[in-house]
Amino acid sequence: MHRLLAIIERDLRRFKANPTLVVMSLMMPLMQLVILGYAFGGQIKHLEIGVVDQDGHVPATKLSAMLNAVAANARTYETVPYADEGRALADLRDGRINGVVTIPPNFSRDLLAGKSPTVALIEDNTDQFSSSALAGSMASLLGAYNGNGLPPRTTASASLSVVEVYPYVPYIQYLLPGTIVLAIFMAAMMGGGIQYIDDKARGIHEGYLVTPVTKFELIMGFNLAGTIKAFLSGSVLVILGSLIAGIPDPFNLLRLAHMFAVVVLTALALISMMFLIMVRIDDPVVPRMIFGLLNTLLYFPSGAVYPTSSFPGWMRVLSQFDPFTYAVHGFKTLVLKNTGFAAIDIDILFLAGFTVITMAAATVLFKRTL
Amino acid sequence: MDRALDVEIEDLSKYFGSFCAVDKMNFNVKHGEVFGLLGPNGAGKSTLIRMLTTLVTPSSGHARVNGFDVVQNPNGVRQSIGVIPQAMTSDLDLTAWENMTIFAKLYGLSPQKRKTAIHDLLGAVNLLDWADKPVKTFSGGMRRRLEIARGLVHEPRIFILDEPTTGLDPVSRVAAWEMLDRLRRERDLTVMLSTHYMDEADKLCDRIAIVDHGKLVALDSPLKLKTSIPGTNTIEVSFSSVPADWQRTLESLPDVATVKSDDGVYRLSSNNGPRTVLALMDAVHAAGISVASLSVQSTTLDHVFVHYTGHDLRDAAHKPNPAESRFIIRR
Repeated sequence: MHRLLAIIERDLRRFKANPTLVVMSLMMPLMQLVILGYAFGGQIKHLEIGVVDQDGHVPATKLSAMLNAVAANARTYETVPYADEGRALADLRDGRINGVVTIPPNFSRDLLAGKSPTVALIEDNTDQFSSSALAGSMASLLGAYNGNGLPPRTTASASLSVVEVYPYVPYIQYLLPGTIVLAIFMAAMMGGGIQYIDDKARGIHEGYLVTPVTKFELIMGFNLAGTIKAFLSGSVLVILGSLIAGIPDPFNLLRLAHMFAVVVLTALALISMMFLIMVRIDDPVVPRMIFGLLNTLLYFPSGAVYPTSSFPGWMRVLSQFDPFTYAVHGFKTLVLKNTGFAAIDIDILFLAGFTVITMAAATVLFKRTL
Repeated sequence: MDRALDVEIEDLSKYFGSFCAVDKMNFNVKHGEVFGLLGPNGAGKSTLIRMLTTLVTPSSGHARVNGFDVVQNPNGVRQSIGVIPQAMTSDLDLTAWENMTIFAKLYGLSPQKRKTAIHDLLGAVNLLDWADKPVKTFSGGMRRRLEIARGLVHEPRIFILDEPTTGLDPVSRVAAWEMLDRLRRERDLTVMLSTHYMDEADKLCDRIAIVDHGKLVALDSPLKLKTSIPGTNTIEVSFSSVPADWQRTLESLPDVATVKSDDGVYRLSSNNGPRTVLALMDAVHAAGISVASLSVQSTTLDHVFVHYTGHDLRDAAHKPNPAESRFIIRR
C-alpha cells in the first residue's frame, strides 16, 4: 500500500512542480472549445456576388435593389455590380467572387408581358456550404420579389436557375488542401520544433557552435533542411491525397508544378514561423506542449474544414493573420478550380512576406552563444 | 604577445546575474603542455572553458586563444581549437564516418583532405572497423573516442576537453588517457582539460589549476603541488572517544606537521608516517581510549585539494550554476 502511495505521490508532486504544464493542459481543451465551437455551422455571411443587370428597367432595378437590401441587412452576401457578364464570370473562376446573378436583357419586358423570366445564379460550387447558402438566400429573395416586389397587375413571376461552374465537389476533396497544409505543418513541427529543441538539449548544437560556422549558415541550414523535409511530406500528400480523394486528372503536370511551388512556399513559411517560436526555447517539453495548441489555432480558423465566411469577427481577424488560411486557399484554388498563379497572387504574396518577416525576426533573436 | 603561450587569461570573470561563476582568473597555458582544471562540480570549470571556446561571453577581463581574442576574433579562436564538450554531442542516428564528415565540412576541409583525415583519426582511436556503424550502437567509451577524433579533424593547435572521462568505466578511462597522450605527442597539441578526478589530473597533466567557487586557488605541476603541502604522508584517524586537549597531544607527536579535524576524523600530515603511527598508538594507549579507524597514505592531489580549499573534493556542495541549463541532458 505504501509503495502504491509512493508512486502516486511522486507523480502528483511532479504535476504540482510544473504549473505551466498544468495550465497548458487546460488551455488546449478550452481553446478547442472556443475555436471549434465557432469554426463549424455558423451562419455564412459576407459572400461576394457579382450582379449583371442586362435589362436596366424598373422591375430589374427593383430586383437589384432587393439584392442590395439583403447585402446591407442580412449580410449573407455583398453585391459587386458588373457591366459585362464575361468579366464577372472570369472573376468567379479566379475565386474573387462567389457567384454571379444575371438579370437577362428581356427580364422586365417578359415579366410585364406575363411571361415568367428566369434569373440566372452562376455559382462557385467548390465550397458546398457557401454555394448552398447563396442558392438558398437567392431563392427566398425571389420568393419575396414575386410576393410583393413586383409591379401591380403583374401576373407572371420570376424564377431562379442555378448553374454550378464546377463538377460536384465531395467533402473529401474540399478537405484535401487543408490536409496537405497539415502534413507540411507536422513536418515543420517535428523537424523545426521537437527535433530542433531535442538536439539543442542534447548538446548537439553546442558541438556546432564551437566550429567556425556562421550565424547565417546555421539559421539557413536549419531552415532549408526543415523546408526540404516539409516539402517531401507535402508532396507525398499532394499525390497520395489527390488519388485518395479522387481529384480528376490527378497527374496534370501543370497543376502539379503549381502545387509543388505552393508546397515549397508553405514549407518555408511554416518552418520560419516554427523557428521564430523556438528560437529562445530550451525546454524539450515546450514544443510538445504547444503542438496541439498550434494545430487548433492554425488549422481550424483557416477555412480548411468550413468556410471562413461563417466565422465571428474575431475569428476572421485571426484567420487573416494565419498562414494556413493563405496556403489552404492557394491549394483549394489549384486543386478544385485548376487555375494558375494569377488566382492566388494574394496567397503567394502573403506566404512570401510572412516567411521574410518571421525569418528576419528569428535571425535577430538567434543567439550564437549558449 | 608570446607565441609560446597558447592560452592567455587576464582578470577573466563571468557573472550570471549576481552569481559569480568565474572570479578574476589569471593564468597562461604554454604550447605543448597538458593543462588541467581541477575542481568540484559548480567550481566554474565549464564556464571558464565555455568562455575560451566562444560559447559564453566574458563579463570582464580578457582571454586569448592562439593569440586570438575570444570576443574580438571568435572565428580565429574556433579555427584554432578542437573542443570536446561535456555532453556527448555525437549524432546517434548517424554513423561514425558521417559524424566525422559533417564536422570536417563545418571546418571547411576539402573532400580529399577530409577522407584522409577521417581515415587517419578513426584509425588512431581504434574505430576504423566501426566507421559505418550508427553511433547509437556504440558504448560510452567508443562515443568518447569518436568525439576525440572529431575534435581533431581540422588539425587544431589546441585541444580543449570538458570532463572527457566523466561517466566512463575505469578501463575506458585509461584507454582514453593513453589515446589522448599519444595524440598529443604525435600532433604537437596543447591540451586543456577540466576534470574532477584527481588521478586523471595527476596522470595526464603537466600543470594543474585548482579551481574552487570560481577562483583559482593553486597552480603548479602535480609534483610541486604535492610537495607544497606539509608532510609526505597523511594519516586519517578516528577514536572511540576524544580526551581533553587531544588536538595538542596529536600535534606534539614526532614528525607531525599539521593536524586538522573534521567531524571526529583527524587528518595528520607527517614527514614520517610509520614513526608517527607508532607514537600515536602509544598516546592512545596512555589516554585509555582506542582507535576506531586508521589509514596511512602517501600525499595525493586529494590532500592537496583539501589543503588549499579547506574541503574534500567529494564533499564540495554543488551550487547550481545558472549557465547550466536544467534541460541539458548530461551523462
